[in-house]
Amino acid sequence: MTLIRIILKRLLSMSITLIGVAVIVFFIIRIVPGNPIAMMLPPGAGEEDIARLKALYGFDKTLPEQFLIWVRGILGGDFGTSITSRQPVMSLVLGRLPATLELSIMALVMAVMIGGALALIGTRQRGGKAEALIDVTNGVSLSVPDFLWGLLFILLFGVLWPVFHISGRVSPALDLPFVTNFYLFESLLRLRFDIWLDLVSHMFMPALALAIPLAAIIAQLLKQSLKETMHLDYVTLARTKGYSENHVILREALPNAILPTLTLVGVQFTFLIGGTVIIERLFSYEGLGNMAIDAVINRDLPLIQGIVILFAVIFTTVNLLVDLTYALLNPRLRHG
Amino acid sequence: MSFLELKNLNARVGPLPILRDVSLQVAPGEVRALVGESGAGKSMIGKAILGTLPDAIRITGGEILLEGEDLQAMSPKDRRRMIGAKVALIPQDPLTALNPARRVGPQICNRLVDILGWRRREAEARVIELLHEVHIPAPERVMRAYPHELSGGMRQRILIASAFAAEPQLIIADEPTTALDVTVQKQILRLIRDMQARHGTALLFVTHDLGVVSKLCQSMTVLFGGKVLEDTSVDQFFSAPDHAYSAALLAATPKYTDPGGSLMPVPEATIHAVEAEIAAHDLAHQTETVRQ
Ligand SMILES: Nc1ncnc2c1ncn2[C@@H]1O[C@H](COP(=O)(O)OP(=O)(O)OP(=O)(O)O)[C@@H](O)[C@H]1O
Ligand SMILES: [Mg+2]
Repeated sequence: MTLIRIILKRLLSMSITLIGVAVIVFFIIRIVPGNPIAMMLPPGAGEEDIARLKALYGFDKTLPEQFLIWVRGILGGDFGTSITSRQPVMSLVLGRLPATLELSIMALVMAVMIGGALALIGTRQRGGKAEALIDVTNGVSLSVPDFLWGLLFILLFGVLWPVFHISGRVSPALDLPFVTNFYLFESLLRLRFDIWLDLVSHMFMPALALAIPLAAIIAQLLKQSLKETMHLDYVTLARTKGYSENHVILREALPNAILPTLTLVGVQFTFLIGGTVIIERLFSYEGLGNMAIDAVINRDLPLIQGIVILFAVIFTTVNLLVDLTYALLNPRLRHG
Repeated sequence: MSFLELKNLNARVGPLPILRDVSLQVAPGEVRALVGESGAGKSMIGKAILGTLPDAIRITGGEILLEGEDLQAMSPKDRRRMIGAKVALIPQDPLTALNPARRVGPQICNRLVDILGWRRREAEARVIELLHEVHIPAPERVMRAYPHELSGGMRQRILIASAFAAEPQLIIADEPTTALDVTVQKQILRLIRDMQARHGTALLFVTHDLGVVSKLCQSMTVLFGGKVLEDTSVDQFFSAPDHAYSAALLAATPKYTDPGGSLMPVPEATIHAVEAEIAAHDLAHQTETVRQ
């Protein structure tokens, strides 16, 4: 009952958000100076050529007309054609999406594991040296942005002590037998652990760079709410029943302490996905973010629009998933 | 032999004494009241026994003996297991003492399975029986409920059932009715008395309420400023209290036969006298430690 209401409400606000994003991105990139046609022409092209190209891409029509044509196309599943590569935007963007999703999810898993472990250790050792150390580490991690971590890793583990690949998604020499672009996932399914390891070795540093700030946030917030929860009566009561400190933290305190962290992780995960744009560039990782920067440099308007819409869809979907998980985990909402 | 014995227990927060040479005994099946005004250290005594003192409070001396064994000399694990098997707590506030994220049934059953090694089915049967005993209608349904679906009185009944589940030898009840409606208070008190009588469990009953003490308890310990002022039988206390503070306490309670009637202020002169007594005690303590 409540779940369905939440989904419906969310779907409604999702569509409104997407419409808003479509309008804004369409008009903003047309206000910013820079002309896609000018960049395509060889030097010395005449007025006629320009007019012909403009007509070909529909840039001769008025802005509202262009907008309507674009929206009508989207509703029919057609996002237009990339100006630079002359391929459908849809297939370009969907081709790159798996790379970015795998990177973001890898980073998220790392952040949750590192942040969760630090929060639990800090709670277990509260008041001790371990907790103080964790607090200091958190402070440092929070004050350094992801791309600086990326640069640092490239210097340390790419140049000084080369253990990881610093560029690309997979070694070009490898022959990929895959039918989807979810390489990491498909290599596991096909039991090609050699390729999987190569992928992980490429992905490890960019994912870790994206993960560290989020891990610090998770560690701090989760530790804080665990600490507050540990003083509550039902936790004390569980102790008097003979349960160990570990059991008390994991089974009694954690399920109640985790909700605020979960909400925050949802919001922060969308920031993390935003961070992939620069990180992918830094590590020449062939994902959406890297493609977005190229598209902006080339003034490839249809491609920029497509990528932005896709990012907006990802963000709103993540928010929907967070809300649903929250509702599922919270018995009050589930029965409310 | 007494089941529980505290010997000269001292506890401090920083340099500040919270418990001062507290000694008390609870025999098997005995119902002992622990009375004293707010801040006297009643709850801290319960927590010291259960091993749930706040981090800031340290035990600085004395022994806590359970069946003659010193709890503080045990490994944390042995101590936890011993407390879990032999001592139980009925908490003050039933609204915060149940985990909001878990169903009621497992919260009562699990200790039997996890700590005492019962079979799940036996444990559930036992808990249903106990829920009947504490007059909960439709126990099977209640076991599947979440705490927020139940009233405060219901929850306190559940916590009482939970306390008796492992057949402990001692139950510590820390003001188990103060968070409840007045009408529910009487029912819960009667329930605790009936359950105690039926199971023969010793009870350490923390309260402000001399009316409740006169109805429920056999013996009592009067506490002030973390120090035991009087340790006596309830009959003796109500007929001829030994300590001046006890007498004042009794005089300040106009109708002690009326449960729920609250304390009137104790005369200031008496308070000053007790405080002077405690200061003298602290001084003696200090000189003794210095001499050693
Ligand atoms: N977490 C804590 N840190 C420091 N001191 C504390 C803490 N909890 C309690 N105290 C102090 O310990 C003393 C005894 O408190 P305690 O809770 O045992 O009183 P009480 O007799 O149970 O009172 P009440 O009737 O109000 O429950 C009080 O002076 C109180 O200020
Ligand atoms: Mg108290």
